[in-house]
Amino acid sequence: MRVLDKKVVRDLYRMWAQALAIALVMACGVATLIISTGAYRSLVETRDAYYDRHRFGDIYATLKRAPLSLKDRIAQIPGVAAVELRAVSGVLLDIEGMREPAAGYALSLPDYRDAVVNVPLVRRGRLPTPGSTTEIAVNEAFAKANGFEVGSTLKAILDGTKQTLRISGLVMSPEFIYALGPGDMFPDNRRFGILFFSEHALRGLLDLDGAFNDVTLRLLKGTNEQAVIDELDGLLGRYGGTGAIARKDQLSNAFIDGELQQLQAMARVIPPIFLLVSAFLINMILSRLIALEREQIGLFKAVGYSSFAVAVHYIKLVIAISMVGIAIGFVAGTWMGRGLFALYAEFFHFPFLIFRLHTDIYVIAAGVSVVAAVAGGIRAVWSTVVLPPAVAMQPPAPTVYRRLLSERIGLLKPFSRLTVMGLRHLVRRPLRSALTTLGMAFAVGLMVTSLFFNDSTEFLIDWLYFQSERQDAVITFTDERGPSVMQAIGQLPGVLRAEPAREVAVTMRHGHVERRLGIAGKAQNASLSRVVTIDGEKVVLAETGLTLSERVASLLKARRGDLIEVRFLQGKRRTAEVPVTDIVPGFFGLTAFMDLAALDRLAGEGPRVSGANVMIDPMALDTLYGAIKTIPNITNLVLLDVSRQKFGETIDENITIMMTVYVVLSIVIAFGVVYNSARIQLSERARELASLRVLGFTPGEVFGVLAVELGVIVALAQPVGWLIGAGIAWLVVNGAENDLFRLPLIINTDTFAIGSMVTLTAVLASGFIIWRRVQQLDMIRVLKTRE
Amino acid sequence: MSVPVFTVEDVTKIYRTGEVEVYALRGANAVLYEGELAVMLGPSGSGKSTLLNILGGLDVATSGRVTFRDTDLTSAGERQLTRFRRDYVGFVFQFYNLIPSLTALENVALVTEISRDPMRPQEALAMVDLADRMEHFPAQLSGGEQQRVAIARAIAKRPDVLLCDEPTGALDSTTGITVLKALETINDTLGTTTAIITHNAGIQKMAHRVFSFVDGKIVNMTMNDTRLEPEELTW
Repeated sequence: MRVLDKKVVRDLYRMWAQALAIALVMACGVATLIISTGAYRSLVETRDAYYDRHRFGDIYATLKRAPLSLKDRIAQIPGVAAVELRAVSGVLLDIEGMREPAAGYALSLPDYRDAVVNVPLVRRGRLPTPGSTTEIAVNEAFAKANGFEVGSTLKAILDGTKQTLRISGLVMSPEFIYALGPGDMFPDNRRFGILFFSEHALRGLLDLDGAFNDVTLRLLKGTNEQAVIDELDGLLGRYGGTGAIARKDQLSNAFIDGELQQLQAMARVIPPIFLLVSAFLINMILSRLIALEREQIGLFKAVGYSSFAVAVHYIKLVIAISMVGIAIGFVAGTWMGRGLFALYAEFFHFPFLIFRLHTDIYVIAAGVSVVAAVAGGIRAVWSTVVLPPAVAMQPPAPTVYRRLLSERIGLLKPFSRLTVMGLRHLVRRPLRSALTTLGMAFAVGLMVTSLFFNDSTEFLIDWLYFQSERQDAVITFTDERGPSVMQAIGQLPGVLRAEPAREVAVTMRHGHVERRLGIAGKAQNASLSRVVTIDGEKVVLAETGLTLSERVASLLKARRGDLIEVRFLQGKRRTAEVPVTDIVPGFFGLTAFMDLAALDRLAGEGPRVSGANVMIDPMALDTLYGAIKTIPNITNLVLLDVSRQKFGETIDENITIMMTVYVVLSIVIAFGVVYNSARIQLSERARELASLRVLGFTPGEVFGVLAVELGVIVALAQPVGWLIGAGIAWLVVNGAENDLFRLPLIINTDTFAIGSMVTLTAVLASGFIIWRRVQQLDMIRVLKTRE
Repeated sequence: MSVPVFTVEDVTKIYRTGEVEVYALRGANAVLYEGELAVMLGPSGSGKSTLLNILGGLDVATSGRVTFRDTDLTSAGERQLTRFRRDYVGFVFQFYNLIPSLTALENVALVTEISRDPMRPQEALAMVDLADRMEHFPAQLSGGEQQRVAIARAIAKRPDVLLCDEPTGALDSTTGITVLKALETINDTLGTTTAIITHNAGIQKMAHRVFSFVDGKIVNMTMNDTRLEPEELTW
């Protein structure tokens, strides 16, 4: 080993603590990228493989009833590769041991052949015997949540009669990765299950002999989806079709897309910021570290080393530190990425996992880090290497200080010389002070970014469940009913108050933009389910006209007063032009609201009700449940308490995990930055501080000089860090926005406080280390050496 | 000139670096009297700086005894030594050790702020002939001027002793002489006991007494019957 290389090793050994702190900051940047991008990509690949292997459908349509003979006409639509005609129906379930009624979705599987679209994967047992009306297969998640095994039984109200069904097998289906009950906002596998029946049997039970009421298609690659949808709608329109949808709007898939999009938004926004911040810090730290080596660099040149050789020597040191950081980042990133992926895969219920290491991510992460580090190193080495050796070996010319403006006007009079010393030093190197401040601000900002999510979801839960949706439960009917049903609901035991609700499927068109969505009708005097402003104030719906959520308005590029073409996909299938009268905040789904009476008038079928919002006497719950379980026309009872809890769980599972990782990494970064800044500050000023000790200042007084500088930087860094945090949070919120879910940007004061506290803890810990060092300052050695 | 300020008895100082023991002082003995100007002469490595550091409370002896008036410095703790430096000792170093971010006046004020009975910083600077450069920062002063600021800073607190380690080491002879003049004036007018370390034999003629160091021992002490003025020195 050449002597210079030995020096690299020894230097590393000597400054191991600082080198490790730098390496850890770098490792955090590298790891974040690998963790989030790796997990995201693996999830997408797993999903795609699952979809592909199990022939996930491209087009979905439901209708009232059509003859099976229509199959040929559907198959002839250009681009259609496979057609599956099905019988489907929502059913109410009575599960032993569960007080409240559960909901199910009955779905037919072909008899005597395999499905050609949405092929179920049998996990245990077998598919139901062809023709059996008492055998079903259920989705595995539902079985797990309820402790069902092959052979277990449950009761379902099918076509008005209660049937006992025996489970023959547990299956998974790409169509129901997320199984969402009618009216539910979040999957609840305990209370909602998919029931796979024999085709023959279900048709019989649903009175659909020789007919179907649901169709799914697979398309040839490159087929224009919209053209197929248009033709299919043309065929199914007269059979009560409510409009076909493409895969992207299929509920389970849209949900996964939404979740993945949120992950991706986090993976796109946060890791690059981590990486850049760590790169920036490394650049700053290393350039200052090498600036301290000035005399040695002069010496190397004096004994005949070329500038290039000297530069290479220091670059080696920088690269060695980087390698440690990158290695830690690789190992930690891969390990945590794999763990995270496994957690998500479980959350999504994928039947198999494909975790692949993506070389490009590793190369990018390592590349950015090394380049940043080397750039920082070169910047410092070069400024010294270009000096003649004799000059380099001299201490740098004393910095020229000036009086501060604030001193000239007497502002600093009350401060001691020591304080003035610290302040002037800060102002003298404005760029360096600014960069250190920025580095610390980033540490604060990353903490805020990692924590704001809690505030936003807490706000959302309050807004949704305590301001907007205040009912105890939502009862959904199988079909729309006349208003008299409300009387019956009101008379159910335990129902204290019942308000009608109507949800109608429509397409809205404004200019060139067309979207399929639902209009929710709310009664004028409704007090349970309300449209509210962001502050929770009730919005009074206009007697005519549409109230759009912000997301819908922006998708349709519609403003207040614009006319929207509304085409009903059910009932009389009317088309009308309706003005936008209001735009309100909305965080779930694509929603539009209308006054219930206005909606009824517009649809032209007289007053109709599709569900009811109810307030329930908690003491009478059991009787109510019992009553509902016997009513044939109810498909679901959504309990808002359960929904709220599921919301929390979904958030926890999906995002909290990732955010926890970010929190941990930002803590490491905070410590890395603060510790290094303080250490370097101490090295740079050792001589000056030792002089103060010689003059008789106590270690406390000397430490005070550093404390003033650090204090000013820390103080300035807080507001800047809050701004940075809010900015990144804004990017995340915007990136994660999709049709199903939008997150409000809410950052509570305590989140800013926590961000600052973590950084301040790092400052205190580093301060303590510096304090110990100040006590140990070697006065004699420092005064004997020139600098 | 009969009251002893420092008494040095059999002082040994060993530096341990790893497994190697280096004897910086091997049983040095000396007494410094109030008001005298002593020059400590010797080649580098002879132990003179080590002794000065021990006298000034920057370092402690490995064995032997050093007393300042009635105080035993050998047994003093870090806190007492800091107090001792703060109240009694003025230091002047070869490389000035000024605080670059403070003006000449402020460098002096830095010390007067923490002293019990200081002179006004302006007064101290006037004594070293720098009354007109008070508002300058170190970077705006020549080497000689910087050293004189260091002297002003050292004497402004009216120290009992002034310890100077190669005060002219980094200066040319003309500038060096102005610095020595400043030291001589202080010693004369304030009666501050002054010890000057140098390896420059030319300086010894201005001292009351000269201590010669070789290999960690004081091998010789001479008294100058007639002292020369700094202007008369040559080297």
